[in-house]
Formats: sequence, C-alpha cells, structure tokens
Amino acid sequence: MYEDNAAAAPTVQQLTFDLAGEEYGVDILSVREIRGWSRVTRIPQTPDYVLGVLNLRGAIVPVMDLRLRFGLARESYGDSTVVIIVAVAERLFGIVVDAVSDVVDIEPAAIKPVPDMGAIVDTRYLKGLATHVERMVMLLDVEKLMRPEDVETLDAALTGVRDVEVAA
Amino acid sequence: MGAVDLTQFHKTFFEESLEGLDAMETALLALDSGSTDHELVHTIFRAAHSIKGGAATFGFADVAAFTHVAESLLEEVRSERRAVDGALIDLLLRSVDCLRAMLARSSSGQPAADAGSETLRGELLRLVSGEAAAAPGAAAPQAAAVDGWDIRFVALPHLLQTGNDPLRLFRELEQLGRLEVRRAFVLDSAPARLAELDPSQCHLGWELRLHGAIARGDVDAVFDWLDGDCELAIEALSGQARAAAAQPAPAAAPPAVAPASATAPAAPPAREATASATASAEASSIRVGIDKVDALINMMGELVITQSMLSDIGEHFDFTKLERLREGLAQLERNTRELQESVMRIRMLPIGSVFNRFPRLVRDLERKLGKQVRLELHGEHTELDKTVLEKIGDPLVHLVRNAIDHGLETPEKRRAAGKPDAGTLTLDAHHEGGNIIVRISDDGAGLNRAAIVGKAVERGLVQPGQQLSDEEVAELIFAPGFSTAAQATDLSGRGVGMDVVRRNVRDLGGSVGVKSEAGKGSVFTIALPLTLAIIDGLVTAVGEERYIVPLTSIVESLRLGAEAVRRIAGGGEVFQFRGDYLPLMRLHRAFACAGAITEVERGIVVVIEDDGRRVGLLVDDLLGQQQAVIKSLEKHYQRVQGVSGATILSDGSVALIVDVGGVVRLGQRSKAA
Repeated sequence: MYEDNAAAAPTVQQLTFDLAGEEYGVDILSVREIRGWSRVTRIPQTPDYVLGVLNLRGAIVPVMDLRLRFGLARESYGDSTVVIIVAVAERLFGIVVDAVSDVVDIEPAAIKPVPDMGAIVDTRYLKGLATHVERMVMLLDVEKLMRPEDVETLDAALTGVRDVEVAA
Repeated sequence: MGAVDLTQFHKTFFEESLEGLDAMETALLALDSGSTDHELVHTIFRAAHSIKGGAATFGFADVAAFTHVAESLLEEVRSERRAVDGALIDLLLRSVDCLRAMLARSSSGQPAADAGSETLRGELLRLVSGEAAAAPGAAAPQAAAVDGWDIRFVALPHLLQTGNDPLRLFRELEQLGRLEVRRAFVLDSAPARLAELDPSQCHLGWELRLHGAIARGDVDAVFDWLDGDCELAIEALSGQARAAAAQPAPAAAPPAVAPASATAPAAPPAREATASATASAEASSIRVGIDKVDALINMMGELVITQSMLSDIGEHFDFTKLERLREGLAQLERNTRELQESVMRIRMLPIGSVFNRFPRLVRDLERKLGKQVRLELHGEHTELDKTVLEKIGDPLVHLVRNAIDHGLETPEKRRAAGKPDAGTLTLDAHHEGGNIIVRISDDGAGLNRAAIVGKAVERGLVQPGQQLSDEEVAELIFAPGFSTAAQATDLSGRGVGMDVVRRNVRDLGGSVGVKSEAGKGSVFTIALPLTLAIIDGLVTAVGEERYIVPLTSIVESLRLGAEAVRRIAGGGEVFQFRGDYLPLMRLHRAFACAGAITEVERGIVVVIEDDGRRVGLLVDDLLGQQQAVIKSLEKHYQRVQGVSGATILSDGSVALIVDVGGVVRLGQRSKAA
C-alpha cells in the first residue's frame, strides 16, 4: 500500500525541524532515532560545535550543535531540545536542534538550488530549498555536515585556487 | 532466486585453503623429521586435493592447475611409486609457499600465476612426467598413457547427503579431458511412484567415457571422496594405439592450457584489488568450538530465568521480598559476569596457530646457517585474544630468528663448549594471573656482554668505562637502532631491531624482557594481556568529566604541596618524584575541562609511565577502580589526540580513556618547550 503511493508520486520524505526560527529538513531515510537532550561527555581537541559523545546503546556517538555549526548563538538546552541521530554510510552522529516539527513529502520538482549568497551566508551544508505548503524548507546535506574539518578546509582552499584560475 | 553467487564463498575457500596449506606444511615437516606414518601422506594429498577442487569450482584456474601438478606428484608418493626424500620435501614446501602467494594474489583480485609459480610448476611437471616415462615394468601400465577411461559410476542412495554432487564430479572429469556420457540409468532402488521419491536420495547411475591420455591417478582423485558412497568401476580404453604410451606428458595438458584461459577473466577484477583487499582485512572470521557456543547458550538460558524471576518480583513488590530481590540481583551479576567471560572466550584462540609456523622457520634457518636446532613447543593450547594473536606473530618470529642467529652456536663451537651438537630452542606459553606469558629460551651462548657494551659505547648510549649490571646490559639490546650482529645477514641486522619487538609488544599492552647467562643461554619473556577489549582502569574526576587511566601504566598516585611544583623556563611545570624531575600535566588544561580543581595541593597527581618516560597527571579526585570495556571513538567520529577510546560507566554515561603514550608525549613536549 505504502509502496503503491511511492510509485505513483516519487516524493522525498523529509523530517523537518526548527532551528532559530527557520525550518530545516533532513532526509528521513538517514534518520535513525530522535531523543531528548541529555548531558554528553566532552571530547578534547574538537571544534566547539562538536559538543561531545553520548552512549547510544553501547555505541559512542558524537553530537554536534547545529546552531554552532551554522555560526548562530548557542541556545540553552531545554525540554523541547532534541537530538536527531542520523546515519551516513555506517557512521552515526547526533545533531542538536531546537524542536522537531513534522514529516513532509516533498516532490523532487519542488526542490530548488540554493542561490549563491556570497561569503556572507554559509550555504555549503544545504542540498537545496523546497517549498511545502507555502513554507520554505532548507534541506540539509548530512554527508557534508559530517565531514571532518580538515577536508573542508582543503576543499575551500582548492575552490580558492580554482577561483583564482578563473579570474586569471 | 537467480544463480548462486559463488563469490560469497571465496573468503571461506581462501581461509580453508590456507588452513589446508598449514596442514600440508606441518605434515611435510613431520615427514622430513623421519616419520614414516602413511597417514601423513594422505593428509597432504587430501589437503592438496581439496584446494584443487575448491579452486576449480570457484574459477581460480591458475591455482587449480598448479595444485593439480603437485597432486599428481603426491599421488605417486601415495601409491608408493615415488620415495620421499629431502629434495622432494623441499620442492613440496616451496610449492606450499608458492600456493600461499598465489592465494594471496587471487584474494586481492590479481592473476594468481606469476613467473615464479610457472617455473615451479614446470619443475613439478618435469618430475611427474620424467618419473612416469622412466617408470619400470610394474608401474608402467598405470602410469603410461591410455586413450581414455571407461567409468561406470553408480551412486548409492545416500550420496547426496554426504555433500557430493555427481554434476560437480563430471565437471571435474571434464577438466581432465573430453567427457562423454554413454548411458545414464535409473536404478531399481528408485521408488516406483513419483510421489514416493525422496529428493535427498540419489538413484542414478552413469556409464562415462573420458577421452584423452589421462593418468589413472587423476581419475581416481576425482572419486577420492566417494569411498563407500558409490559403486565405481574404471577401465582403461582398450584396443587403441599404444604408441602414445611413449608420451605420458599429455597428462598435464589440460592444466597447461588453463592458465592462458584464466588470465583473461582474472584481469578485470584487478581494478578492485585494493578495495577488496581492505575489505577482507577488516571482515575476517573466526572458528568457534561448539562447546563454547553451547556454554554461551546455557548461560543465556540462566540469564533469562533470572530476568523472569526479577520481573516477577518487580510486578508484585513488597518489602517482604527485599531479600529475594537482593538474591536475584546477585544472581544477575553472576550471570552477567559469566556471560561476559564466555563471550570473551569466543575471541580466544590457541597460540598453537602461531607456534605452528616455527618448525618450518627453524628448518629453513638450520639449513641457511649450518646450525642444528631442536625445537620444543609447550602450551600450544594456551588461548589468547585473536587480535593479540595476529599481532604477536612477527615479534615472535623475530625473537626466534635472533635466538638461532645470535644465540645458538654452530655444532663445532657447541662441541668445544661440551654441549650436544643440536641446540635446543623452547617456546612455551602459559597463563599467569591475568596475563599470557610466552617464553623463548635457548641453550646457546647467552648475550655477548662485551659486544653489547662495545656497541652501546659506539652508539653513545653509555659512557666508556661505565659500570653496568647484567640487567642494564640486557636492557641495552632494546634500545632503538641497536644491533650487534657482526655482519648484517639477511636474517637480522635489517634495521628492524629488538626495539621494534618491544614497541609491538607494548602496543598490545604487554611487556618483554630478557634474562641471560653467559654460556648457558638466554630467555626472552613476553607478557601479554588476555584481551585488548577490556582494561583495568582507574576512574578519575576532572571537573564534571570522568577519565579512565589504564591501571597498568600507573606508577603511583600522590598529593603534592604547592611548593613542590616548580615552574621552568617556557611555562612548563615540574615536580620531584623519587629523585627525578617529572613534567606535571594539568589534565583539565590539556583536555579543556571546566570547573576542575586548579590548585595542585587540592588535587591528586597520578604518575603514569610509558616507554620508560614518566609524567604526573593532575586530576581532581580518584573515584575507584573499574574494568572498562573499550569502545572506539573512531567508529562514528575520529581519532582524538590523548584519548585511546571511550567506555560506558555504570550510570550509562560515557567516560574517555586516557591514551597514556599520547599524554606522556604531550607532557614531554611541554617540558621541552
């Protein structure tokens, strides 16, 4: 029954959540679990947005604060603060968001590319923008979120090199 | 369901083949040492045969072709048409090595055959065909070529149940030459009505004709495992020209063609070689004795009983049941501990699998160095963790080589010293407390004190004229870059010294030491932990965090007065401990923890040691000792400097395990700065 629907309209199901008043979405297929906020164990020598690790049934899973990751001010963690556990390849990690809102079906046609905002807004963790019932949902690219910092720095450096070449 | 994907069985094939090769090697060495047990020859033959069969089934034609020739040679030995001598055993041992290499290449997707294997195959081939040509009267009818064989093969009903499949046999026969099925028939034993047919029973018979000049042994080999599962009659095809008898070599013709056809399919997978190689390195399997599994199931049963008892108490709880609850919890604890032990035992393998490679190594070294060695192995059944076992092999090989190369003397020197010609090398493994002790002892010359001290002076490790105790001299051989071999042989002196052995053993959480007596020999002792997955740790508090310090690396814990800490140039801090100045590392600063005690006199300093270097760690408090199950941080995150892993505390929270080596290096750097 479910499969019939899927076949009729190949939509992408997104779990949407609230972060600093904006609505974001993450592919539901990569979501493993949603849990309330609980204290994590800090890890030394990590970027500030990696809050620490938690015990997920015996697995040691890192947790990052999405606000800090996006360069927003840190919110104090309250009752509605949730940790969404997502999986990329075999690896798990948790993202702290303000609140989980909904599961929505989004047609691939409704997904638009992220406009180039220059260096002011960090858009590299977004896969695209989608409109759903008059609301805009920003779709997260979880794979990029999870990449270690140095890979990103390297990428950025390479992009810089390419830009220079184009300019020259 | 589509066709069966055979690649899923490749890993098993490789594992079983390697085991088969080990068995072959062991049996060959036993034959070499003069045993005349006929069963040994059978063991070797069977191993070769199953490797050939497997290789042919899974499409590793090169391996099959090579093994086929080796098997033909073994068949001659088995049927006592060829005597076993040193040269033959040498050749067969080299074939075992070659097959190992071929299997390794196959498993990483490369073509199995290379120049070396082809040369060796040629050598085997010459021996087989040469013998056949020169075979005297009695053996001639068997070994001589015929035009083919008539085979009447009637399956007994239970044939399929033994895991045999006529189709596979026919395919194997087809590899030898053109196979013609002259007649297939249903036996009288078959039920008259189809409804009564039991598909697990076989009621068929065949009359086959195999064309080509094929040795009888090769045909026999195909039916080797059907003893008692079929009725078999094999007759040479008669009435044909016997002229071909002069040329028995075509027996090897099919395999000679095989490599050519095999290279083509083998080539494309080469691209994936690296990927599949890493995958196979990670996902290795383990063989577990059924008794261990049974014990586990029993324990699981007890745990379930305890659980249901506890939930029963919980359902209707009142204070009269407090005592029963306590009992139940105690039982639960016992069950859990037993279960933990049993589960850990699954990963435990006997050290014999490592010891088994030494007879071969010792034999090769004996020849190379002109020494005589009697190897004694004790405690092969001592079990240790698979990971430890895999990593202890190389250090042990190194120690055994050293013992034979440096320790044991030549027969002449031994005679002069009043010792028997053959030196004795003993490998012994046993449990001692929570550790496995592996001892490598020889009755050779012992450590050469003068040479070691001379070398150490030359290297600037000690001052000339410095007085050294025997222990200190022995310690010197573990210094980096230290080697006393007068000339670099290809065995030792390759820059891989005892320091590497020590480091490898340390990486496993163990230690290695040596005791030596001039003229009487040396004893190297390696102590290893039973497992890498669990450590005894000291739980320390730093601010809100808990850190586990491995107990084995703790020297002492002490309280220091504020005045005991001195600041040195560059901002580092040191304190005096047993006459030495040690760097003080404030763990809260290194790990950036909030809310920790910053005054030295209110905290506790834990002195830890790694590789002879010591550092004091300042923590808030010691919370107690705990067995910590090590969990990887890398699995879902990444490596973190100064942290070797994480564990889960009794309250379910995560505590990080301090990487003593990393922290000590950090501390040393701050002292140097």
